[in-house]
Amino acid sequence: MHQVLRAIVEPGFFSSSPVQLAAAVGGVVALVAAAVGLFTVLRGQAFAGEALGDIGAAGGSSAYLIGIAPLWGFVGIAVAAAGVMEMIGIQRARGRDLATGIVLGAGFGLAALFLYLGTTFDNTTGATVTILFGSIFALDRAILPAALVLGALALAIIIACYRPLLLSSVSPDLAAARGVRIRWIGSLYLIALAVAVALSAVTIGAILSTALLIGPAATALQLTSRPGRAIAVAGLTGLGAMWLGLLLAYDSYDWPPLHHGWPVSFFVVTLVLIAYLAARVLAPRGARR
Amino acid sequence: MFSGFMVNAWLAATMVAIVGGAVGFFVVLRGSAFVAHAVPNGSFAGAAAANLVGVNPIVGLGVFSLGGALGIGLLGRRGRHDVATALTLVFMLGLGALFLSFSIEYAPEIFSLLFGEVLGISSTELAPTAGLALVCLAALVVLYRPLLLSSVLPDTGEARGISPFRTELCFLTIVALATAMTVPVVGTALIFSLMIGPPAAARAFTARPHVAIALSIAIALITVWAAIALSYQTNWPVGFFVGTIGALAYTCGRAWTSIRRRRRNRAPR
Repeated sequence: MHQVLRAIVEPGFFSSSPVQLAAAVGGVVALVAAAVGLFTVLRGQAFAGEALGDIGAAGGSSAYLIGIAPLWGFVGIAVAAAGVMEMIGIQRARGRDLATGIVLGAGFGLAALFLYLGTTFDNTTGATVTILFGSIFALDRAILPAALVLGALALAIIIACYRPLLLSSVSPDLAAARGVRIRWIGSLYLIALAVAVALSAVTIGAILSTALLIGPAATALQLTSRPGRAIAVAGLTGLGAMWLGLLLAYDSYDWPPLHHGWPVSFFVVTLVLIAYLAARVLAPRGARR
Repeated sequence: MFSGFMVNAWLAATMVAIVGGAVGFFVVLRGSAFVAHAVPNGSFAGAAAANLVGVNPIVGLGVFSLGGALGIGLLGRRGRHDVATALTLVFMLGLGALFLSFSIEYAPEIFSLLFGEVLGISSTELAPTAGLALVCLAALVVLYRPLLLSSVLPDTGEARGISPFRTELCFLTIVALATAMTVPVVGTALIFSLMIGPPAAARAFTARPHVAIALSIAIALITVWAAIALSYQTNWPVGFFVGTIGALAYTCGRAWTSIRRRRRNRAPR
């Protein structure tokens, strides 16, 4: 028994300080992403979630440039981009995707410029890699309070307008008839999304940010159609994928071919995809979306 | 500005703009902006895999963009399309991260795929690019009517025997082909801007599909040419100019639409 446990959990997994920090930050991020992501999936805004992470990368690289913490560059640009998307956004889903695309295209352009200026002036080529793939095992302990505050902010927005948000996500017409200010709720929600995405992109990388935002929520919506229960299932799925991914990445340290560990993002993304596919196979009829 | 290696850059960028403008028209028409982002971005994994195995990156890009496009099509068949796209994209990026971690040397040329190296195109790369461009355009011509019909009037299309699922797969394949052709030349970020900005602007100016496609190609060409010229002058990255000019074109289109609408409302009929 002990042997088996040792094979599954490499010695030193729980006592290693980078792992503890990664598990704490990853856990917070996974829970926030699951709650915010449920509405992202319901509203069909997966593209906005993905785009905000990529645009945030432009902010991250500009932060390297002017010398502030990348987290604030990320949050600033992501919230600004969400504002622009909302401003030019058309209410129909197709137009919304187009608005997202235009903002993303301009954001890519800015990212190219900032990265260029950054690498010319102080040679931080590592910045691109860090922003895209994250480096969860190399987090700075000082980021934990900031992560908690931002996560709480995103959750607070969701909780504060939970009912109108839910109604306007599921049936915009009904919500409008009931006097819900759809435009306001939509803007508030985009801000929550921008904060959540910036938080997860800067801590665990832009890839994982989208994976944890969309995957667990989509999985949960396959299994249940009750919103409260779906948030709980999504939170558990996200947390499970995140922590299991960390464990596997830690285990993979002496796997072939190079013996320096496989990336966490690969494991988490794969686990999330497996969860989604399994849920689609197991989905009870009627709850299917 | 028009000598030596720059000739290749002008030629490659022109081909990319033509394909991007034409394919982009259908991307905008079908509301598939997310797909146009996901397929090129995810195909980065293919380049990483090709780098690892030691084959031509265009092969890896082709295989992975086709695989990704089919994955999106199959996963999105029953279920939410944007969820399927997002999950396919992150899985491909995750694979890319894995392949990158396997390669011993740090591979900056893979990151150059993100923003492209249009000024560093060699003459040997021009021939496959031109070939794929022709295949892409030919596919668009052949599929023009079913694509248009199923994008604008899906029900009528279905009544005429055009399967929406098969059309979607064909469309995704064209996006994948365009990706494999353009990504080594201009990078994932640039091709996305070209597939969204110019066609969206063109659609604001005209509702007729032929004119819109021609206009979209024209705007894409102007965007790319201006971007290369500006980049040559300022030494700033081409991607910055393409992204900005693309967004600017779209803004002009939106402004034109709202001016026309206001004028029509004011004029007594």
